[in-house]
Amino acid sequence: MQFTSLQNPGFPSLLAGKGENLRLLTILDPLTRPILLMLVTAVDRLLTPIQRRVGIDKMGYFFILPNLLIFGIFVLLPMLLNFYYAMTGGTKLFPADRPFIGLGNFETLFDCGDFLSPNSCQEDLFWRGIFNTIQFVIFQVSGIVLFSLMTALVLNRKIVARGFFRSVFFYPVLLSPVVVALIWKWVLQHEGLLNAIVEIFGGESTRWLLDPNWAMFWVVFVSVWALMGFYTLILLAGLQSIPPELYEASSIDGAGSWQDFRFVTLPLLMPTMFVVLVLALIRAVQMFDQIYVLTGGGPGTRTQLLVQYIYTTGFSNQIQLFGLSAAASMALGITLLVLTLLQLRLGNQSSLA
Amino acid sequence: MAAERMTVSQFLSNRRGHRRLDISDMLTYLYLTIGTILMFGPVLWLVASSFKTQAGLVKYPPPLLPYQQVQVEVAGFDEALPLFEVTMEDGSTQEMAQIRRVGIEARMIDPADPEAGEIKVNIRQREPVEEVKLAWENYLDPLIELDNFDFFTYLKNSVIVTSVATAITLVINSMAAFALSKYRFKGRDAIFVLFISTLMIPITVILVPVFLVITSIGWKNNLWGVIIPGAATPTGIFLLRQYMLTIPDELLDAARIDGASEWHIYWRVILPLARPALAVLAIFSVMWRWNDFLWPLIVLSQNDYFTLQVGLNAFQGELQIQWHYVLAMTVVTLLPITLVFAFLQRFITTGIATTGMK
Repeated sequence: MQFTSLQNPGFPSLLAGKGENLRLLTILDPLTRPILLMLVTAVDRLLTPIQRRVGIDKMGYFFILPNLLIFGIFVLLPMLLNFYYAMTGGTKLFPADRPFIGLGNFETLFDCGDFLSPNSCQEDLFWRGIFNTIQFVIFQVSGIVLFSLMTALVLNRKIVARGFFRSVFFYPVLLSPVVVALIWKWVLQHEGLLNAIVEIFGGESTRWLLDPNWAMFWVVFVSVWALMGFYTLILLAGLQSIPPELYEASSIDGAGSWQDFRFVTLPLLMPTMFVVLVLALIRAVQMFDQIYVLTGGGPGTRTQLLVQYIYTTGFSNQIQLFGLSAAASMALGITLLVLTLLQLRLGNQSSLA
Repeated sequence: MAAERMTVSQFLSNRRGHRRLDISDMLTYLYLTIGTILMFGPVLWLVASSFKTQAGLVKYPPPLLPYQQVQVEVAGFDEALPLFEVTMEDGSTQEMAQIRRVGIEARMIDPADPEAGEIKVNIRQREPVEEVKLAWENYLDPLIELDNFDFFTYLKNSVIVTSVATAITLVINSMAAFALSKYRFKGRDAIFVLFISTLMIPITVILVPVFLVITSIGWKNNLWGVIIPGAATPTGIFLLRQYMLTIPDELLDAARIDGASEWHIYWRVILPLARPALAVLAIFSVMWRWNDFLWPLIVLSQNDYFTLQVGLNAFQGELQIQWHYVLAMTVVTLLPITLVFAFLQRFITTGIATTGMK
């Protein structure tokens, strides 16, 4: 798994050392404690006879029950239902009201004169979504890998205020997609900051989000901006786990900094790089919210990706084609499955490395 | 730690014992400077812009700071008058307040000497006098009088969703992790594999059927419909289970000998010991829930139930975007996360380095 290959859990302790973070909890404590205590005692009374009857080990079933219930109802059941939806038509939500049409939805999706030109397809938006997604994924993932690697290398050097700079690059990761999109929508608008800067340097102001090619560029740029800090952090952890003796050895061998990078850093960082690559791929394929708020998929359908097609077809169009939406989401699901399997294989390799 | 960093960072730099800045150091700081401007600049620009008035926002090229025209009280007038710098016929300039503008002529008065009477000035001969002033009304108006943006309701919904969902997530996932790490029962490993294998199945893939389940339960336009589906998170189980595995079984046995029930052990022994991992999951959960967008967008279609993210999106999507309010409310929306980040950064970075998840 990708997580086991990363780092040992070296959790900082909430209790030891600086306890200021807990101050709010301490204030709330007298209020919440009696209520909690009552609840806990009630559960205990309820459980004690059960435990006496079933024994200690079977209590595991009780502890896992709430989670399993929610998981079953909201994840497992829907996964199975999704297959059924994909094979039914009509606009009704309840499965009993929906006519079974077999592979009809898939036939609709794949009804194309020429698979390379979306215009020849019955569901041209689906194919446009796929092509846009492929384009987006290629540029976004390479952007993320390139810039997070550069940033991690820079942050790993002996610099002043490393903590500050690390925070600077990481901060946008925490912002909500809606907020990120609005920040950039404001910068990119016609009378916005970017055009003002461009004009200072003698350029011409542009309607960035209304020009088809620029719109795609900015959609990619903004998502790299928002996400690269996350991958930088993972790569930084990878860099810091490279044993320093290796650099000492290579410097005894007379290696320069480029050779250090080429023959020590890069090979040892490769497993982490693969993790980053696949995680970024998985995220990029699912991209929706940021773009939805930034361009709404426009201009035209230039930045409409696959997930937006799933959302509009099933939920925001006047006619809600749940079957088609479910069928399209299965295409997404299969892509994710392939990527996850790829990640598992690479993850296993990297934990051997 | 510092020593280790030094040796690692010998890569590319300082490795030959140079003390002064060489070219690679300069490139490093150049990269960091440009990076800082690119990463922080847009956020600062948002904050600065959010304090501009509606009139200030349409100015182009946009000034860096929020300027507003100076208003002066003049004896004999009920309302404050806008102040201008007027170029007189003899070429001198004088600050004067404008009483009224008719066509291309403005009637001005000298605020220092209202007795001198009004003069008429061509509007081309006057420039507004401005000062840096924060337009707090961008923040205050939406709290009271915007009928299409009910800020308090959205905030309340977001707070409820975030806090209730985080509480539930912590309780049920820690219970499950406890079961998976400390008990031997039939099917345990199968259940664990099942959880973990759905780690990469986002709700995006099963939108339609989850929506059906929510509708059947009657949770459409209900905050429970947003809270519950994501509560059983495989990430949380994994994180907590890995941590609980490090808690020695002897502790549990000792408690059992003392007559503690299993529930008592969970509550009194496991939970306190798992606090660091719980803290990481809590922070993650707050981030997930506060920023969540697609699922609330589908479940909540009535204004009264919108969370901040959904409300903000609807508000900015209107035909006439009221940017002065949108910007201010965006700042309010990013504030809690920024505070969490400022105080709990350590936990977030550890959590990510541990799980590889956000």
